Amino acid sequence: MFESFKAKAEASGNTEVKRFATTSEALGFIEAFMAQEGVKDEAGSYAVWAQSPILEAFDNEAMAQKFPGLHFDVTRELAKGAKVGITQLKWGLAETGSMAQDSTDVTQRLASALAWIHVAILPTSKIIADIPALMSKMHPKEDKYITLITGASKTADIERVLAIGVHGPERLVIVCVDDLALEGVAS
Amino acid sequence: MKEGMSASIHKALENQNLAGILDRWNYPATRAKAFEGVDFEALRSKIADIKGEAAGHLDELAQTFKKNAEANGIKVFIAKSPDEAREYIANLCNEKGVKKIVKSKSMATEEIHLNHFLDQFDIQSDETDLGEWICQLAHQTPSHMVMPALHLTKEEISDLFAAETKQPLDSDIQKLVKVARKAIREKFFEADMGISGANIAIAETGSIVICTNEGNARLVTTLPKIHVALVGLEKLVPNYTDAAPILAALPRNATSQLLTSYASFISAPTLNDDGTMKEVHIVLMDNNRTAMAKDPKFKEALQCIRCAACLNVCPVYRLVTGHVFGDIYTGGIGTILTAWFNELKSAEDIQALCIGCDKCKEICAAKIDIPGLILEIRRRAAAKEGLPFIYKSALQVINNRKVFHTMLRAASVVQKPFVKEGFIRHLPMFLSGLSEYRSLPSVAPSPFRDIFPTIKQPKCEQKAAFYAGCALDFVYPDAGVAIVKILNKAGIEVLFPEAQSCCGIPHWGSGSFDMAADAAERNILPLLEGNPDYVVVSCASCTTALKKEWIKILKEQHREVLIPQAKKVAEKTYMFTELVDKLIKEKRLTPKEGMELHTLTYHDSCHAKRHVGVFKEPREALSAAGYDIKEMNECDTCCGMGGSYTLKQPEISMKMLKRKLENIEATGAEFVTAECPGCLIQIRGGLDKSGSKIKAIHPAELMVDKFK
Repeated sequence: MFESFKAKAEASGNTEVKRFATTSEALGFIEAFMAQEGVKDEAGSYAVWAQSPILEAFDNEAMAQKFPGLHFDVTRELAKGAKVGITQLKWGLAETGSMAQDSTDVTQRLASALAWIHVAILPTSKIIADIPALMSKMHPKEDKYITLITGASKTADIERVLAIGVHGPERLVIVCVDDLALEGVAS
Repeated sequence: MKEGMSASIHKALENQNLAGILDRWNYPATRAKAFEGVDFEALRSKIADIKGEAAGHLDELAQTFKKNAEANGIKVFIAKSPDEAREYIANLCNEKGVKKIVKSKSMATEEIHLNHFLDQFDIQSDETDLGEWICQLAHQTPSHMVMPALHLTKEEISDLFAAETKQPLDSDIQKLVKVARKAIREKFFEADMGISGANIAIAETGSIVICTNEGNARLVTTLPKIHVALVGLEKLVPNYTDAAPILAALPRNATSQLLTSYASFISAPTLNDDGTMKEVHIVLMDNNRTAMAKDPKFKEALQCIRCAACLNVCPVYRLVTGHVFGDIYTGGIGTILTAWFNELKSAEDIQALCIGCDKCKEICAAKIDIPGLILEIRRRAAAKEGLPFIYKSALQVINNRKVFHTMLRAASVVQKPFVKEGFIRHLPMFLSGLSEYRSLPSVAPSPFRDIFPTIKQPKCEQKAAFYAGCALDFVYPDAGVAIVKILNKAGIEVLFPEAQSCCGIPHWGSGSFDMAADAAERNILPLLEGNPDYVVVSCASCTTALKKEWIKILKEQHREVLIPQAKKVAEKTYMFTELVDKLIKEKRLTPKEGMELHTLTYHDSCHAKRHVGVFKEPREALSAAGYDIKEMNECDTCCGMGGSYTLKQPEISMKMLKRKLENIEATGAEFVTAECPGCLIQIRGGLDKSGSKIKAIHPAELMVDKFK
């Protein structure tokens, strides 16, 4: 499942898939990534991290002190000025390399739709086959707004030439975490 | 056809931006890759079933949707007319003090000219889909349903953006996209209302599904405090799981993607980022859709999922674009929707652009018989207003064998001053347009029907009735002679029923179904005389008539007396190469040994490939007969002849021919062949006019001396 998911996701345009055995390794990667992308406390360089189960796995305050531009309270203004938006996704789809987001909470949308780079955290164990499989896991009755995300924002509206990053992220970094089957997400 | 139409065709043919772009895309190959591992036939049957069933219950589904969406907190309004939909949205804007709107792509709002309507109340509507925004800045309608601004070049777009953002810009596409991002970003934050369309509306859960690649619909439905979705009733499906097959087919067929970057299911209002509750309004719009659902023929068109694949493969659309071929909705399906959402009259000019090649039908994600429905528009227009006098007279002449054949014989005499090597290369004055890009064939000195009695045939056990078709009889009689010789070698005696005449395809194609039925009735019994084992036809279009259309047309016209005999004819009918392939496989025809190998390229006539599905057999027969087949690019794309299409739409026909000739030349083959005298007339004439070395020859003539 993971291999197919990775291959399809990486073919969907400006998308990288990383895999880590442990949550702490994944967090190490995210820290290094924010440093590399120059996250700092000024508009255009913020990082916003929307409410996710993974936030319970580390000391948020300590990380925010390390990165003064990192915000866990996502507002429209912060998201507008964000270089990096971090969210945790519910399910991965192997057939198309897509991820399903419960977008009911508006901050999930703000963080993943307005930033230049979307860092998407996905428990590796949550990769399932396809949309029909997803439909037995997520239902509009419980999830008022569901988004399937496949690759970065793109267009071919000018002369059918592909351009990445129109209204949404121009880069999608998927962080699969093997030991993150646990929190918050009911299987 | 109105003069304005000819002028706009001419203008469109001068500007080949979109044609070039679609060519470079190589849609068939990228699409095939996207469908790897997917059973397309099963998938589209499922969609046709779901949406066909839904079309039969639009009122009921709309009520269920309304009930369920309202239980979730969404306000639902069912608008019978564009007026009602516009009023509802304008009143809402008034009530909420809305001055600025951001929109994601919605063909339904284009259909009712919503932006223009809201203008009069000083409400500013900004499109946010890049292509739609470009069209808005250019004050143009979309030329393609999925990619609205492909007709404009990056230079033109750069000028539009420079004027809008008041800065000098170059035409680098990547930079232009970022200019648009920056310019539109602020609008999302300032807007009081977001308006979207929907790709699917799910009655069971009261949800709408919106697909975009750019991510603008997520912002349109998230940042403004009010969200309005305008949704055509045909987007309704009963169940949540019905969305799965549509999402599997739509992106693959539309843009060769496995899935669009974003697909959102919105089922209830959610909290805005300031803690207030979003207002969500869904306007379900009828605008004649329920009337369409009651029409036994056109109900099928409501199955459309708007993937626009029918545009991408249409050889006419690719030349003239949606500004000529369509109105708001473009191409083949657009013609049908225009006839219903506007009025039949507005589709009468554009329906004439369909050449009936059926390319769209084989790719339609919802199994809609698009050419069949366009023909139905043509038939209804002809029934209501009658065919133009000259055209009707011509069809009547064709249907009167004695008069028609006498005229053809006379023509073979009159044409003499213009004929050289079997071609008419120049015609005088007003007819010269017809021979400008293509030499016309001359009528043969003696038709096949006069030659046939002079051919000596051996006594054989089996018999084949030969249906020659008008073109082979009077233009290419040598092919007929070759057919007799080849079949004789397989031990089959050829009968030529003298009473045979036009098969009726020209009448059928112009919407005169009654005359087509006359043609069927005249031919059926003569073909069964002498109880032949086979009926052999060497024109793909006539083959279609004998194998399929006669039965269908007699049924439709309620003239059922001869249907059992028509079925008998259909069972016995083979296209010539189809029969040769069978005879080779049965070892009744044996290719000679040690033949010199020649190269050829095979043009699939539309009727052969898509109406009767014969395309493997001719290749196998010709290969066995010693030809190395060099496939051309787009071997099954129409050559532009289309029967009388070449007379009615000469400019488009010639452009299609030009592309076909380029593809033929690129193979470097010695011969090109097609089992349709119409295609041969077109291609042979084009090759002659361009001075090509490649010869266009009927398969029978290529194979005549190849068997023991």
